Amino acid sequence: MTDLLRRLMRTPQGAIGLILLAVLAAACLFGPWLAPHDPEKMDFLGRFRSLGAQNWFGADQFGRDVLSRLLVGARSTLPMALAATLLGTVAGAVVGTASAYLGGRWDEAIMRTIDAVMAVPGLLLALLLVSTLGNGAGNAMIAIAVTFAPGMARVTRAVALTVRGQDYVKSATVRGESASWIIFREMLPNVMAPVVIEATIRVSFAVMLFATLSFLGLGAQPPASEWGLMVAEARQYVHQAPWILIAPSLAIALTAIAFNLLGDGLRDAMNPRDER
Amino acid sequence: MSASWLLRRLALILYTVFIVSVLVFGITQALPADAAVTLLGENATAEALNAIRERLGLGDPIWWQYLRWVGHAATGDFGLSMRTGQPVGPEMLTALGRSLLLAVAAILVMLVIAVPLGMLAAVRQGKLADMATGLISYLGVSFPEFVTATLLAMLLADTLQWLPATGYVSPLEDFGGAVRHLALPVLTASLILVAHVARMVRSETLDVLHSDYIRAARLKGLPERTVLVRHALRNALLPVVTIVALDVGYLLGGIIVIEEIFAIPGIGRQLMVAVTARDLPSIQAGALIMSATYAVANTLADVAYAVLDKRIRYD
Repeated sequence: MTDLLRRLMRTPQGAIGLILLAVLAAACLFGPWLAPHDPEKMDFLGRFRSLGAQNWFGADQFGRDVLSRLLVGARSTLPMALAATLLGTVAGAVVGTASAYLGGRWDEAIMRTIDAVMAVPGLLLALLLVSTLGNGAGNAMIAIAVTFAPGMARVTRAVALTVRGQDYVKSATVRGESASWIIFREMLPNVMAPVVIEATIRVSFAVMLFATLSFLGLGAQPPASEWGLMVAEARQYVHQAPWILIAPSLAIALTAIAFNLLGDGLRDAMNPRDER
Repeated sequence: MSASWLLRRLALILYTVFIVSVLVFGITQALPADAAVTLLGENATAEALNAIRERLGLGDPIWWQYLRWVGHAATGDFGLSMRTGQPVGPEMLTALGRSLLLAVAAILVMLVIAVPLGMLAAVRQGKLADMATGLISYLGVSFPEFVTATLLAMLLADTLQWLPATGYVSPLEDFGGAVRHLALPVLTASLILVAHVARMVRSETLDVLHSDYIRAARLKGLPERTVLVRHALRNALLPVVTIVALDVGYLLGGIIVIEEIFAIPGIGRQLMVAVTARDLPSIQAGALIMSATYAVANTLADVAYAVLDKRIRYD
């Protein structure tokens, strides 16, 4: 693990990604304490105050400090995206491994069904699910997890198919272990590495998807300072104060970049031969 | 490409559309809203509610409702919109036409930008142009459509006043106006695709450039231009067809957001309006039509791939 971290830090993508993530983690953990102002405190004299000593990133339509809202908003964006990815990855990994283990007709049926589900564009599926479950951050999280699961299942299955032919799986079958033992204890632990890389890159999609759902009014609800919601609210004030639009936009993009970099760095660190 | 392969692909589309229809029907049936109440309002009398439930067949078993819906949908009849009272099918198909215009334009713009960019990056591997392309790719995939759209609209429509911020003009009525109104949405939609495809073109071109037949072409003394365009580009572009097909799914998702922001009455915006109004028939029609479009696009890409690559034999 420490070896991997060292190799990760040696790739430029990995190093930059980790540094960006450390900043984001700090915002998530200590956001409310780092925030210079109360993110909900309105100040009608300071409406649309531009960037300066008093409000580093300016103030919004209610005179609320944009930096403070961003710092606190990290909590309503990042953990949701991480949870959605985790949930979708675990579900997908179990289905993918089981499909590879079962093989034959079952495998064919499961994979064709997964192909069909993936024929629904991701955002559309998430949209349908949220409109059924009801608007809100928690439901948006579940919808994203469900949207991710088929893709993760496909990736996991591809890896699990190679694992399935390994001697330790054969010997477990000969020992007479149950299917669930072989799937959960023998195969799953050995397919995790590529799945983790894939999941890391997916976090950036999850961040964007979650922000998009909030932007459309289906995810986090006001007065939360979720970043997508901040962009949606800032749109009508773009003439008075472009920074209240730009700041949360950059926060979303930076988060997505961080996870993309980390994912690519992980891939390089785990497969040192591939130079491209 | 044999007839049986084509038949199997067609069967796969049908299976896909079947699963999608079950999915869409299942999800929308679970909507908490009671269709009868949505239609008549909260203050409707119990008799009126029962009458309309009877008429819509809401009391029938769920599988019967599903079969009836699929049967009608297969003939293009998706029922009446709960919001407007108009037939949903024709409305959605008109909207789909506008969305396809946007999508096709975005793909063309993307190809014009991404292919030369990716090739340039591959030819100048490790140089400035390569790194610049890498950076553009990173930024491209890290900005969600709604952020790109709002930032571009802020810059090009609000600040510089070059382009109209919202609205749609039919190209049949006013071509220039249509181009100006579509410019921002097309630009937004193509950006993420450029990032994907430029990356793909770069890595494919690199693979091809390191292959034996390119070395042979160089050893024959062919000029570098001919080697790149006649020999490398053709082979590098093949896998790109698949990536573009996969990106159509992305594009269709992105179109929901883009049409919403730029007020284009395409299928994505219709769907958003339907979701907000809990207009069941419109949601079902929109979702099914979008997914079917994606399935067809994927199959077309497979066929194109088979036609372009003579080595591949599907049988």
